[in-house]
Amino acid sequence: MSASGSSFLELKGVTKKFGDFTALDSVSLKIEEGEFFTLVGPSGSGKTTMIRLLVGMDAPTSGDLCLQGEVINDVPANKRPTCMVFQSLALFPHKSVGGNIEFPLKIAGVPADERRKRADQLLEQLRLPLNYYDRSPNQCSGGERQRIALARALAFDPQILFFDEPLSALDYRLRKTLEKELKDIHRETGKTFVYITHSLEEAMVMSDRIGILRDGRMIQVGTPDDIYNRPKDKFVAQFMGEVNTIDVRRKTKTTVECEKTGASFKVAKDLEGFSKGFLIIRPEVMKIGAATKGLPNTMQGVLFNDYALGSRVQYQVRTEADNQHWLVERLQDDPLESGVGDKVIIGWRPADSILVSA
Amino acid sequence: MAQGSTNSFLRWLRQPGVLAAIPASVFLLIGFAGPLVMVVAYSFMPSKTFTLMQAPTLENFTSVFTDSYYISFSWSFFLALVTVGLLLAITYPIAYGMAKLFGKWANLVTLLVALPLLISENIRLFGWVLFLLKNGIMDGSLQTLFGVSASGPLYTVPAIVLGLVYVYLPFMLFPLVIGLSMIPDTLKEAASDLGATRLQIFREVELPLSMPGIMIGCILTFILTLGSLAESKILGGQAVVMIADDIESAFTFAQNWPKGSVLSVLLIALSGLIVFLLFRRIDLDKIIGKR
Repeated sequence: MSASGSSFLELKGVTKKFGDFTALDSVSLKIEEGEFFTLVGPSGSGKTTMIRLLVGMDAPTSGDLCLQGEVINDVPANKRPTCMVFQSLALFPHKSVGGNIEFPLKIAGVPADERRKRADQLLEQLRLPLNYYDRSPNQCSGGERQRIALARALAFDPQILFFDEPLSALDYRLRKTLEKELKDIHRETGKTFVYITHSLEEAMVMSDRIGILRDGRMIQVGTPDDIYNRPKDKFVAQFMGEVNTIDVRRKTKTTVECEKTGASFKVAKDLEGFSKGFLIIRPEVMKIGAATKGLPNTMQGVLFNDYALGSRVQYQVRTEADNQHWLVERLQDDPLESGVGDKVIIGWRPADSILVSA
Repeated sequence: MAQGSTNSFLRWLRQPGVLAAIPASVFLLIGFAGPLVMVVAYSFMPSKTFTLMQAPTLENFTSVFTDSYYISFSWSFFLALVTVGLLLAITYPIAYGMAKLFGKWANLVTLLVALPLLISENIRLFGWVLFLLKNGIMDGSLQTLFGVSASGPLYTVPAIVLGLVYVYLPFMLFPLVIGLSMIPDTLKEAASDLGATRLQIFREVELPLSMPGIMIGCILTFILTLGSLAESKILGGQAVVMIADDIESAFTFAQNWPKGSVLSVLLIALSGLIVFLLFRRIDLDKIIGKR
């Protein structure tokens, strides 16, 4: 934190309108120095608008952007001590890998031999071979191009590094590797990283904190644990993959009642303040067959289908009472004795229930 | 054996690609390669002959070099260089606007630039004559409105340059527009984000990446200006004789086909050499990172 006690980067009621369309609706947010913060939202949620404001390619319609307590609304991109890794990477095709990395240094007037030294350091830090210096970026693979773009941004020595979904075009395995590498680099450099993505899964792997955007509003900000286990609403809960959701209302202090069937389920927490909403249970905490023994929350159903997910198997169960599909996941080395078409029992522990208000 | 090779030739000939290429190849051979070969052949014939059946000689080449044709060659190259330079300075901002700024208005500008091409070049040049003539539109307007006389810039070198710039503007503009519009905006945003000023973005990113368009525009207009004739004759009067002028009079007025052919061959060789050297020095693929 800076001496004034304000946050490193702060958004105060930032609104951005394009004509009648409100892309960002009074977003307030504080990002601390050295943090890996990720903004997550589906396409059209305003995350690209947000990053363009943060980088300085657009100015907010109202509200303030503050960097270390100073309002930077109208400071253009080339005057801001921040830097972005673009979704397209935006590597200069007419410059070599070295020329790309050295670009911000050349702009700043750093002498050639010093630039070269820094470029070599960065190549090494980003695990790129030193002889890549003279290569064209177009001769490099997707993962290597990512690293070049990151090296170029680091050469600028920004106070905050922004990332605009740079990994979205890569295949799954490479993306997983680079996500971890990026987290390592964050730790090594100690810089503030602000990342945007549409994938909550990606955000979970890397981030210290996550902000969820929807329709231009910041719905929830919290640690990956907060987001996963204590989602604020149905949207956040459903954002991270498939979940089982049923409409419920409060019955007693610790039980809820299904709107459709009237069946009641125990929940672990006190229902103070809750009247009506959704009960959400993630497939991986659901139990099936013999494992449901002794659980207070169970339902009868028919095993409808099973899907191999690699390390796990997902079962789709159609409940008898309301003919709804429920998803249950089990480790792949712990197979179920029942087959498709058999009657099964499914259930879950009260502690695994997630309740959100409607 | 002979039968076999005839068969394989017929099989080659009957491929759809080969068959489809025949009409265009024949047309190019007769209409393009033929005249060029004839011009080269005539350049080795004795002076003032109209047949290709004479014994070849180099006398035309030696006489051209002893004659004063270097003056018209120099004028042509000088005017071509000036025209290309002026066109580059004038069209780059327009092209930039059309590629990046004008949006839907770019189509209107394209139309306005292309529309005059539908009118014969000579007629457009005679329009300029009326405009530049002593007591013409420009001179007359200035006299009426301000009482000053621009005593007829017609039949001067600047009038020729004006004509050349006017006529060949589209040939520089459109390659530049295409070249500039191929530069992704994110590259400029990235450069700006990394601290570059407008001028630095232009020097480090825009200019090198628009080089292919610039090169093609320059070569196109340079070659066209070298071979131009009407501008110097209509707007220049007797001010300057360009090489194309000499070539024309050798073929028509002087009835000396071998002399005209030699001059043509020299012009083609010189402009070819310049293009060749330019392309060898500057690798377009490398500039835009294709290699």
